[in-house]
Amino acid sequence: MEKLIAQIKQGKVWPFPGGIHPPGQKTISNSQAIARLPLPDKLVVPLKQHIGANGQLIVEKGQQVLKGQALTKPVANWSVPIHAPTSGTITDICQMPSAHPSALPELCVIIEPDGQDSWCALAPVTTPSQLSHEQLIDIIHDRGIAGMGGAGFPTYIKADSRKAIEYFIVNAVECEPYITADDVLMREHAAGIIAGIEIMQQLLTPTLTIVGIEDNKPEAIAAMQAAAEYNDKIIIQTVPTVYPSGGEKQLIKLLTNKEVPSGGIPADIGVLVQNVGTLFAVHQAVYEGKPLIERVITVTGNTIHNPGNVWALLGTEIKHLLDCQGFSPVPQQRVVMGGPMMGFTLPTVRIGVVKTTNCILAPDHDELAEPGPEKACIRCSACADACPASLLPQQLQWFAKSKEYDKLKEHNLFDCIECGACAYVCPSEIPLVQYYRVAKVEIKEQQAEQVKAERAKERFELRKQRLEREQEARQNRHKRKPAAEKSADEKQKIADALARVKNKPAKDDDKSAVAAAIARAKAKKQNQEATLEPDNSDVALERAARKEQARKYKEQKAASNTAADPDDKKSAVAAAIARAKAKKAAASEDESDNTTAAPTDDKKAAVAAAIARAKAKKAAQAASVEKDNSESEVATASPADDKKAAVAAAIARAKAKKAAQAEPATSVENDNSESEVTTASPADNKKAAVAAAIARAKAKKAAQAASVENDNSESEVATASPADDKKAAVAAAIARAKAKKAAQAASVENDNSESEITTALPADDKKAAVAAAIARAKAKKAAKAEQAASVENDDAENETSATAINEAEIAEDKPEQTAQDKKKAAVAAAIARAKAKKLQQEGSDK
Amino acid sequence: MKLTMASSPHSHSHKSLSRLMQTVILACIPGLIAQLYFFGTGVLIQLILALVTVSISEAIIMLIRKRPVWPALGDGSAWLTAVLLALSIPPLAPWWVIVIGSFFAIVIVKQLYGGLGFNLFNPAMAAYVLLLISFPVQMTTWMPVSDLLANPISLTQQLSVIFNGFTSAGFSVDQLRVGVDGVTMATPLDTIKTDIAHGLTVSESMQAAIFNSWLGQGWGWVNLGFLIGGLYLIKAKVINWHIPVGVIASIAVCSAIGYIAAPGTEPGMVFHLFSGATMLGAFFIATDPVSAATTNRGRLIYGALIGLLVYLIRTFGGYPDAMAFAVLLLNMAVPLIDYYTQPRTYGHGVNK
Repeated sequence: MEKLIAQIKQGKVWPFPGGIHPPGQKTISNSQAIARLPLPDKLVVPLKQHIGANGQLIVEKGQQVLKGQALTKPVANWSVPIHAPTSGTITDICQMPSAHPSALPELCVIIEPDGQDSWCALAPVTTPSQLSHEQLIDIIHDRGIAGMGGAGFPTYIKADSRKAIEYFIVNAVECEPYITADDVLMREHAAGIIAGIEIMQQLLTPTLTIVGIEDNKPEAIAAMQAAAEYNDKIIIQTVPTVYPSGGEKQLIKLLTNKEVPSGGIPADIGVLVQNVGTLFAVHQAVYEGKPLIERVITVTGNTIHNPGNVWALLGTEIKHLLDCQGFSPVPQQRVVMGGPMMGFTLPTVRIGVVKTTNCILAPDHDELAEPGPEKACIRCSACADACPASLLPQQLQWFAKSKEYDKLKEHNLFDCIECGACAYVCPSEIPLVQYYRVAKVEIKEQQAEQVKAERAKERFELRKQRLEREQEARQNRHKRKPAAEKSADEKQKIADALARVKNKPAKDDDKSAVAAAIARAKAKKQNQEATLEPDNSDVALERAARKEQARKYKEQKAASNTAADPDDKKSAVAAAIARAKAKKAAASEDESDNTTAAPTDDKKAAVAAAIARAKAKKAAQAASVEKDNSESEVATASPADDKKAAVAAAIARAKAKKAAQAEPATSVENDNSESEVTTASPADNKKAAVAAAIARAKAKKAAQAASVENDNSESEVATASPADDKKAAVAAAIARAKAKKAAQAASVENDNSESEITTALPADDKKAAVAAAIARAKAKKAAKAEQAASVENDDAENETSATAINEAEIAEDKPEQTAQDKKKAAVAAAIARAKAKKLQQEGSDK
Repeated sequence: MKLTMASSPHSHSHKSLSRLMQTVILACIPGLIAQLYFFGTGVLIQLILALVTVSISEAIIMLIRKRPVWPALGDGSAWLTAVLLALSIPPLAPWWVIVIGSFFAIVIVKQLYGGLGFNLFNPAMAAYVLLLISFPVQMTTWMPVSDLLANPISLTQQLSVIFNGFTSAGFSVDQLRVGVDGVTMATPLDTIKTDIAHGLTVSESMQAAIFNSWLGQGWGWVNLGFLIGGLYLIKAKVINWHIPVGVIASIAVCSAIGYIAAPGTEPGMVFHLFSGATMLGAFFIATDPVSAATTNRGRLIYGALIGLLVYLIRTFGGYPDAMAFAVLLLNMAVPLIDYYTQPRTYGHGVNK
């Protein structure tokens, strides 16, 4: 380091690679002293003139302000206040085009000067060396000082560097053509600048301060050397004129042979750079107490009559500057804020100057020709030779054009300082910098998108996990049951539970009413749930049609069977009647012919459904009466069976109610008892009566809603035979519906039924349908019997149901042979239904 | 007031593509004059043929590609290709040789790859190799310098030879090549190669009339002409010094080593540097920006490898000269070279 300092002190500089030598054009504007402009008519002072946050407005519209009065106060980090450039009235605070390439509107304070130009009270400091570090930082902060070289970095942040600074570099290079603002400032205010440097030295305590000045500014160099003579820690270093030696990184390399690491800041290598104008502002802020309200601006270009440098109040419109210096625009005039290399064209001259405005360039077309059309890149690499960052601009250009962002990053696009040297030398006049700017923005956008996408993905993953968890939970609940079903213990439990349920009402008659009420409630609940379930009305229709068909087969069979039975006269008679009617119906009902493919016959299904609905309503209306009937009926049969009957009645009522609500889903507890009872029915007359009652209710429900109560019988009768996929799907749907219900109801019955239903899943639905049909047929007959309330009837009905069940078993074995019988069966079913209705009505009348 | 918006930089160096090409063409003039002086005006006829052919080819292909014709022609790149090709082929080659070559260079090598900036190979050299392989006889019938000719030929006779194959007197090119001593003349490189193959030493071979003491008559001057033009290009910052220096240094080092190893059969450094297409290749052909390496380190490597290949083919290969082959082979290696010779970007590879 000693060696390095010695080299620096000897005047050694370390040229950076590349660079260009555009015509300086500095003599146009640097021959005159800095002029003072007349006060403009209005000042447009943007709140934000630096990098960082806006200050908070502390003035309002209509308020009188004095020169130097703060208009905003710093709030957040990196916020720098602005001050009134002159005394006057705030006429408006509104959005105005900003001094930015985009000219996006920004909040501005508009001041109408009163012409007095009267200062507010200032607090100058004569001996800043007596001030503490914090006091000085506060002064720099409160006086609104931000970097005046171009970026507008808040000076108080830099001056308060946390890292040790070895080299404090003063950027007085001013490498851009045309601009002479720093040049003339140094000529006129070298002492002030040196005073500013000393304040920074006090704050940063650098080993060495190096002022870099290009060798095309001999007067400035002389003035600065004279001013800094007494301070041996300040070195005025003359650097060769090459663009862009005023770039921060390039200047550091040039003066110290150090390189700022990519992505880092100069302080990382113990270097800090300040613009010479900023240092003068620091001097003004400290020694005179003046906030940053004006700056030197070069107004130049061939269209300007009197090019030169002026002291411009911040907020002075460009138009005022141009007018004061004399401006005769050419067609397609360009007005550039900044220099010809890195400045940007303004969309309007009604924009106020800001702390970073160093030059207003109004060139004609001779001095700065309009760019020609872009031609093919010949890979001459003149751009690479000019690049001060040792990039490969032509490679970057290819990648930028083909949007290969990874390659761009690989080729260090983000180390491009956008100095424009590459575009300046390009023989094909490719606007290289423009491509890089666009590519940088696109990459940044892409990165932002990526961050967003990752966040979305995370959310999605979490959601998926949650859904999976939920599903698993559901499945676990679901799985537990088949397993339970397999185990004998569980089966026993189910049986016990069923027995309990059955026994409960046995103890108390009132309890049956309670059970019924529960059943009703459940049915209602299910009704509500059903709206949440997927629409399976089509499936229901199909199912209804299928059931109807099955019923036809069965009834036909049952009829023949009962006829064959010598003991069962009544059933034989009924069968005969059914047959006869069936024949008749077959004659009248052509459509029944078409039901071989029953699932496809919508009409029939619809008819069946309609009938079922009607029945259901009736059943619902009759429910209470029916209950009484069945109770009394069973009571006459035998008091011992009263309880069971009551249970059955309750169940039936519940089913009826549910059916009345026209729901496709089933009440499962009913199924259980039903299945149990059904198996028992052939053995006991009384039980058969109960079964009949249950079956009746079930039948209604089945017919109405094409629901699934049959699964139980199905599971019992046809546990084997994994059948038709479609049917399986239907069964699965049913099972799901039931499962849902089961999940919500905590009753033992539900669990039992579920286990049974799940076993039914693979089973054949046809058989189930057959069973359902049987049950329905049975039910109708039972209903008839109930109405009659006679023991004989009861017997007959029981017998019939028994045969019906037998028949069902037969039908299951050969469902295919039933095609020819279906007409009859359909007729029989219709008759049976009609009868059942009549009987019910009569029953209720009674 | 309506202001015009533009993106920075607003200033330009006023370097343009067409000026670049013009400068290169201009820089060919010293070498061209030397060729004219020593090998007759045939080279001018070839040049005109080439210029006409490339212009027509470029115009037609631009029309087919539905692109504006004049900007493409106006950039001068096609004309430069024509000049380089015309300078490379024997001055009295039949007219259709240069026409085929020019057409191939523009249509196949350049435009079918996407036009200027997209061609992988140097168009002039690809065309030269095509011609050399397809028409080896026509492409190797270099005339000896004019003052060695037994039958000096006028411009009209040269025209006649180029377009008819014979002079008005009925001499064919082969007959015209017969020198004053009645021996068919070849190029110095060819002569040396043949003689060494026949067991002669270099010094014995150099007794032939086409040599004046240690250089081929005329060829030294032609190479000198291109050297001067090339130095001008470097000075005018049209080309970087890296490729020519790479080529020349490589040939010089190789031939010096060869000369030290086998002085009898090696003609030495100066002969290699000032014979054949060495200077034309080093300054005008290898430096074609489109097909050459783009990084400065890469250019040195690219140039050095071209020099090495030229020397190896000249010494051990089947052809007397090898600039075209060497350039084309290295054209293929350019992406690789570029990739591995990227300069260190500012702020990279320094300690944080």
